[in-house]
Amino acid sequence: MEYLAILTPLAAFLGAFLFGKKIGDRGAQFVTCAGVILAALCSIALFFDVALYGHDRTLPLFTWIAAGDFSVDWALRFDTLSVVMMCVITIVSSCVHVYSIGYMSHDPAKGRFMSYLSLFTFAMLMLVSADNLLQLFFGWEGVGLASYLLIGFWSHKHSANSAAMKAFIVNRVGDFGLVMGMFTLFMIFGSVQFDAIFNDAPHYADAMFDFMGWEVHALTLACLLLFIGACGKSAQLGLHTWLPDAMEGPTPVSALIHAATMVTAGVFLVARFSPVFEYAPDALMVVCLVGATTAFVAATIGMTQFDIKRVIAYSTMSQLGYMFFALGVSAYGAAMFHLVTHAFFKALLFLGAGSVIHAMSNEQDMRKMGGIYKLIPATYILMWVGSLALAGIPFFAGYYSKDIILESAFADHSWFGEYAYWMGISAALMTAFYSWRLILMTFHGKPRAEKEVLHHVHESPKVMLLPLLVLAVGALFSGAVFYEPFVGSGYAKQEQVHTEVVAEHMDIERDVEAPVLDEREEDPHAWNRFGFWRTSIKVLHENDTLEAAHHVPEWVKLLPTGVGILGIVLAYVAYLWTQGFPALISRLFKPLHALFFHKWYFDELYNILFKEGAIGFGRMFSVSDKKVIDALGADGMSQAAAAGGGALRKFQSGYVYQYAFVMIIGLIAVISWVIYEGMF
Amino acid sequence: MLDFPLLSLLTFLPLVGAVFILSIRGTEQNVAQNARYTALYTSVFVFAISLYLYLKFDPLDPGFQFIEKIEWLPTLNISYSMGLDGISLFFVLLSTFLTPLCILASWKAVQTRVKEYMVAFLVLETLMIGTFCALDLVLFYVFFEAVLIPMFLIIGIWGGPRKIYASYKFFLYTLLGSVLMLLAMLMIYAEGGSTDIPTLMQNPLAANLQYWLFLAFFASFAVKMPMWPVHTWLPDAHVEAPTAGSVILAGVLLKMGGYGFLRFSLPMFPEASEYFAPFVMSLSVIAIIYTSLVALVQEDMKKLIAYSSVAHMGFVTLGIFSMTVEGIHGGVFQMISHGIISAALFLCVGVVYDRLHTREMGRYGGIVKNMPKYATVFMIFMLGSVGLPGTSGFIGEFLSLLGAYKVNILMSLLAATGMVLGAAYMLLLYRRVVFGPADNKDATEMKDLEPREVLILAPLAVLVILIGVYPAPLSARIEPSVKRLVTLYEDNLMKGRPTSYVEHGDAPSLQTAHLVKGAQN
Repeated sequence: MEYLAILTPLAAFLGAFLFGKKIGDRGAQFVTCAGVILAALCSIALFFDVALYGHDRTLPLFTWIAAGDFSVDWALRFDTLSVVMMCVITIVSSCVHVYSIGYMSHDPAKGRFMSYLSLFTFAMLMLVSADNLLQLFFGWEGVGLASYLLIGFWSHKHSANSAAMKAFIVNRVGDFGLVMGMFTLFMIFGSVQFDAIFNDAPHYADAMFDFMGWEVHALTLACLLLFIGACGKSAQLGLHTWLPDAMEGPTPVSALIHAATMVTAGVFLVARFSPVFEYAPDALMVVCLVGATTAFVAATIGMTQFDIKRVIAYSTMSQLGYMFFALGVSAYGAAMFHLVTHAFFKALLFLGAGSVIHAMSNEQDMRKMGGIYKLIPATYILMWVGSLALAGIPFFAGYYSKDIILESAFADHSWFGEYAYWMGISAALMTAFYSWRLILMTFHGKPRAEKEVLHHVHESPKVMLLPLLVLAVGALFSGAVFYEPFVGSGYAKQEQVHTEVVAEHMDIERDVEAPVLDEREEDPHAWNRFGFWRTSIKVLHENDTLEAAHHVPEWVKLLPTGVGILGIVLAYVAYLWTQGFPALISRLFKPLHALFFHKWYFDELYNILFKEGAIGFGRMFSVSDKKVIDALGADGMSQAAAAGGGALRKFQSGYVYQYAFVMIIGLIAVISWVIYEGMF
Repeated sequence: MLDFPLLSLLTFLPLVGAVFILSIRGTEQNVAQNARYTALYTSVFVFAISLYLYLKFDPLDPGFQFIEKIEWLPTLNISYSMGLDGISLFFVLLSTFLTPLCILASWKAVQTRVKEYMVAFLVLETLMIGTFCALDLVLFYVFFEAVLIPMFLIIGIWGGPRKIYASYKFFLYTLLGSVLMLLAMLMIYAEGGSTDIPTLMQNPLAANLQYWLFLAFFASFAVKMPMWPVHTWLPDAHVEAPTAGSVILAGVLLKMGGYGFLRFSLPMFPEASEYFAPFVMSLSVIAIIYTSLVALVQEDMKKLIAYSSVAHMGFVTLGIFSMTVEGIHGGVFQMISHGIISAALFLCVGVVYDRLHTREMGRYGGIVKNMPKYATVFMIFMLGSVGLPGTSGFIGEFLSLLGAYKVNILMSLLAATGMVLGAAYMLLLYRRVVFGPADNKDATEMKDLEPREVLILAPLAVLVILIGVYPAPLSARIEPSVKRLVTLYEDNLMKGRPTSYVEHGDAPSLQTAHLVKGAQN
């Protein structure tokens, strides 16, 4: 079952890619959908077995790299963290696979598209089920590759190619950090295998590392380097520029890769490394600050964009920021919780947007939409569900997860936790605002599309609506259902167990199979947070903000909902009940609006700094190759070459044997020279 | 069976094929066709023998195997001696594997002087195998230098418009380095009294001598690699060489430099190697960044790949001169992987060059629709070159960087920018050639791979992924020999030091060298 869960998408990819011609488009669609749905069923079964009944396991496959002290195996690791991710990935992926049958029905390369989706799913599963950092990196780069292929899927489009390249290269910058982090961890622990690192981490809590002459805290250094990788994949501020451009890909791709799964890999990475991050408080602070700032900045940009997909993309970036600052205050469970709920409602929003785009004959500009809610009612309702969940309106999924994140940040009682809380609150206001801005501009008001387009507006086929329904169920209920196991309050007894586990971690001669686990297995229904995550997430007792989050003042709990409703009202005021309000605002705050609209000028800055810089240096060096190095080294030689050329030309007119003769003569000459020289 | 001179058979069999081709008579067309088939059969047979060698090779024995030793010039104490260890084994395999592919790749592309061309290739194969098998300085030198001759002719006769310039540049650069190496070899012989490589590896020379000898050998190997700043011959040679010439040049000839460092520099001049290691590593880092940036602005496909080769070889020297098992293992692996990937990339360029007769990227574009098979294999090689995990390119690059990180974090950090730049120029190449709008009509009318081309490229593509996912068949054989080399290097280093120093010599292991304090609490 474990192998089925991971490897069927690979088999589906190979089948659809290699034999695409033989089995045809229908065949490819069937093979890939069946493969991924099978993987989803296996993952759900594994979820019950591993997460709820506590049967953690690791299946070693075979040795990958062994050189010197460095040795890693291919191995599949199943604990709560990985099975939760597997469920999210395979369920969303199944929805997207089925949806794509409808969405891509006019595309000539359906089979290839489906196979890439399956390849992505496989790589993502490898990422989350990795047993060591190197295998995680394999999945990490694999999803990057799939993302590259899918963003650039319409490869005849110039913009799609640029976006695909940008995504890959910016991610590589993050990977650079990840690889260096891996090296650092290897230097400290002598291994990149998770258990080895996690078990030893407490011993190195105070270790210092000689980093190019500076003496730095070893674990902080390693964690910060890993975090650079996480920033690249999860589009955090600084390395985020690729994500909005990635919207060039077909919409199902945006839903699966750039909303629900791949971009959350960074969150997963930090959560996975919680046993190390816990001993690096400075690194956690950086994670928190970057996350909170990203949440805020992305929301400001999201309010000003007109491309429906870009709005959702910035919203994704902003929500990822929430997850990161949750990680930064040690509320790993809350981050994972938001990851799951976000996967559902954001995929729903993206696929809903896809449905709109599909209906509007591939129009993505919201200024050319409007007034179509009666024409596509099902899509309209589903978009409402997604937006309500995103805005954190009570009893939708986002309400539970976003609130617990904000409460944890507040409960951290640190200056950066406070910063994150207020950043998060203002981002929540903006989130609600741009979500309803999107809905109102897209569905309400006067139709602004051309007649021809309006004439063709139609509700999407069932094959596209059904996956939306599945996701909508997730957006409605995943919050309430998973609240207790993911972030719930620990009972007194469990708290005690928890401290024991921590104490155990501190113990040098700790047995990997902690006896406490057995105790818990007796009561499989103790689905509180500690019984659920067990050892897959580690929180030091003094860092347990999730527990503290349950005891924050009432206003802290109510404020997020309040600003959410306020944001919706503001959007109604601005876009439906009054005329010309947005234009007025953007005129009044012109510099600020320009800053937001131009995405804080990151792209412009990077273009000058890196792209132009690299090309400039490249030009300079390629000239210096000729003008400096050759001029000094080979100039005389090339003179000789010109003289010798004539001689060679004569040879070419010769007979068959002449060349062989030349060779033999040459050989003999060299040999005799050697022997002669050796005589004295 | 052990006494049967397998290595000599392997080495000189291509030469027999070459002689046979020379004796072919008949009409020109007949001769050409017969020459092609003879060359192909010969090289395939040679490859089969090398596979047999691989199977017979004992992975647990780190030393030389299949040793042959016959007195050659007894008065001078020079013998004909051959052998293979885990390092040279794969270079031999690489040579025997690529030669038949080259001959297949030249099947249609070379139409003039086919007979001579095939002879040149078979002679080249003999010399390449000989270089990697030789266990005697003189023998090594003969093979090592003689390789230049057929390569010189291949570029100079079957090359492009500026072939004369390119071939002379290639010849002069490499020869100049080699002259210094020859002098150094004579010095070793005079001082050490032997030309036997295993003997010399056990008995390093006096330290003050080592520095000069190291530099002399370095001159030769650095040009061969090529290292910055003596790399400028390579782009020219590649651009002008016929496809198969580029394949052998990038696939095998460049590796002779790295092989030389491992066989000679490290074990024979340990003091000097240690002394010059930071210098060599710096050059490697410069090579990686500098040539990657240059590659970024190339218009000529072959030039771009040539520059990328220099960058990739930078990782090799970086790994080797980290003097760690991981780094050297990575260096060897990177050389083998690069041998496959760069050869394949040049073959890919050859495929479209044969159709449109231009290497300018701007003349292609949007060919993914009409050449899907080509786009797929090209993608695999492109990703291998980028060093995506799961391809062979990743393992070598990763281990080299890891080895470097162990001894010098700054070098590793700088070199790792090559990961980003490498992705940039390779994706740019792929995008401009394969993706993009279909603006060039003749490019979008090109036919997809024919069966012969599939036969050439498919095994390479499979190898890139297979080795990337399951490198154990290589690693298990490389590792013991690398370990032995590192031990030898460290022992020799100790030998050269005063005894008092040796006693204090139990320096902290590299593993913990960076951890300053607090590891035990």
